[in-house]
Amino acid sequence: MVRFFETVWLVTRKDFVIEVRSREILYTTLFFAVSCVLVFAFGFVRDGRPVEDAAAGILWIAIAFSGTLALGRAFERERQSETLRALLMAPVDRAALYVGKLTGVLLLLGAVEVLVVPMVALMFQAPLFRHPLLLAGLLVAGTIGFAAVGTLFAAMLGRARSRDVLLPVLLYPITIPVIIAGVRGTAVLLQTDVDVPMARAWLAMLGFFDVVFITLALWTFEPVMTE
Amino acid sequence: MTKAFLPLTILAAAMFGYAPIMIANAPFESTMGLVQKIFYFHAPSWFVMFAGAFICGIASFMFLFRGSRAADQYAVAGAEIATIFGLIGMVTGPLWGRKAWGVWWQWDARLTLAMIVWLTFIAYLLLRRYGGPGSNKLAAGVGLFGAANIPFVYLSVNWWRTIHPKTSVVPTLGPGMRGTFWFCVAAFMVLMTLVLAVRVRLERGKAQLDELYLSLED
Amino acid sequence: MDFTSLTFSDVSRTFGRRRALNRVSLRCEAGELVALLGPNGAGKSTLLAITATLIEPNSGTVRYGESSAREAGASLRARIGLLGHDLYIYPELSAVENLRFFGRVYRLPDVDRRVEAALERADLMHRRDDPVSGFSRGMRQRLALERALLHEPRLVLLDEPFTGLDDAATGALGRRLTGLRSEGCIVLVTTHDLETIEPIADRAVMLQNGRLTAIEPGAGSLRERYRRLCAVSTPS
Repeated sequence: MVRFFETVWLVTRKDFVIEVRSREILYTTLFFAVSCVLVFAFGFVRDGRPVEDAAAGILWIAIAFSGTLALGRAFERERQSETLRALLMAPVDRAALYVGKLTGVLLLLGAVEVLVVPMVALMFQAPLFRHPLLLAGLLVAGTIGFAAVGTLFAAMLGRARSRDVLLPVLLYPITIPVIIAGVRGTAVLLQTDVDVPMARAWLAMLGFFDVVFITLALWTFEPVMTE
Repeated sequence: MTKAFLPLTILAAAMFGYAPIMIANAPFESTMGLVQKIFYFHAPSWFVMFAGAFICGIASFMFLFRGSRAADQYAVAGAEIATIFGLIGMVTGPLWGRKAWGVWWQWDARLTLAMIVWLTFIAYLLLRRYGGPGSNKLAAGVGLFGAANIPFVYLSVNWWRTIHPKTSVVPTLGPGMRGTFWFCVAAFMVLMTLVLAVRVRLERGKAQLDELYLSLED
Repeated sequence: MDFTSLTFSDVSRTFGRRRALNRVSLRCEAGELVALLGPNGAGKSTLLAITATLIEPNSGTVRYGESSAREAGASLRARIGLLGHDLYIYPELSAVENLRFFGRVYRLPDVDRRVEAALERADLMHRRDDPVSGFSRGMRQRLALERALLHEPRLVLLDEPFTGLDDAATGALGRRLTGLRSEGCIVLVTTHDLETIEPIADRAVMLQNGRLTAIEPGAGSLRERYRRLCAVSTPS
């Protein structure tokens, strides 16, 4: 067990060190998320006023789109010298490699959300911080759900053809429950009379999704990565 | 399975031959009239789609964790069935909806669920087709995740549509309609079994052809 | 787990309609250096990948000592070292960081000492803290080799290790391989550099169209025998 988490830590730290050096994925993903919000803002703002639920939707779309981009880039790095293969050959629990990459992706998306959430709150005058704990819970649980499936699929597609377009094609249908739960949960928090139990229900569903799909991913990582 | 082809084909043909008679004789539904009768093919199509999705999911699991080649053949057959019958559902649905509700599309919970599941298995087929070598194993991962996702999609879409009450049509069917409905469901299930068997046989044939090519070199 | 022999029995591997390996049988003992030769696309890399447990054969068995890969589990991978075409090193990290990372992943005792020794052998001490992206091909090759051997594997698999090396480095690698052989490792090397491998290899085998044939010792240089065998196997 300890060795499992040691491996997770080693992989995460390695990704962190590499990213901190160039900050390439971080900056490009951040900028992309901001552009996403802007593009959708121009699409949905009417008569100078924000459409009511648009803030929640735009936030989660920006997270999903930038997440897909970040996932693709993160695994493109491992493909350069086939280092993922080298890790698969190490005497470690291969599922630990999955968790290590997942943690790296989560940290990256967390950084994106730290920027984008206040930005959306500002641009749409959305009272996102009224219930900070619930919002944080939704963001964390939703991002974990999205990234859990995304990390597995991105790793899987590492050596496949057309992997750039196939990642979103495969990822979006599977993560629709995450998007629905995230958007509706956040929208509920933005209403004038907040329905806290409803928000909690969405949060619970996200948590359940996370548990089921992380478990599935841990089981399927090894068979799917070996030919 | 091959021995069952002929009887299955005859049975399916007979059932589909008789179905229009049953449908024509079924009582008219009070509000929608003739148009409602599309339901007898529309609903069973969705049943078959979900059955196909289920088959794909189970077969993907068997392929990934037990390495069963035959399971892979069933997985692709199941996904194709889900796609085709989903397409039938997606076409008949709006046709019915336009006449019955006046709109081509409605974000009804069940319709949305069906569409999402349909898209998932189209994605499965896209991966198999364009993913290059080894993509059948990757697709098995997607098939497994897609099937596991169905309850979550159902739940989230249902909650999302809490403003529209969930309607359950089948128990409210009148007696004349119920018989026709279940007959059509049975007809579609027979058709599905036939299509599944044919498709799996095709896959098996492809695998045998590959092996023949390989043994040519020996 | 440890083992002193590597046995392939009728190993076949196909990719769709292409047969990469066709009933390959081979046995290697500890303290043997086997040269795996053959034209490009013959299946050499596939054979190495199967040996490294990255790919599973479609039929036949690979035995490490008495156990198969499945029986041996993750501890088998600790005894195998692979240097592939792609070098398996992170260009964004420095030489020392690359070695330390893999050393820790492999749970090696006294990682730092081993890393220092590896850098010495690779003659990269003066560039140890520079990112690998700035290295020449030969320097990367030397680093990649050290990475593959850092955990002192029992089974050493090298896919074209002489590529990009100058004379001095080639000589050093040759000596390294003979050193490994005398330590009792099983060394399997694929290469096109027949002149370099001839004096150090115990045996040479050839893969052509997925089939393995031994290159018998006999009259003429290795290259001459290899050419003869190629001509025999490919009808004009």
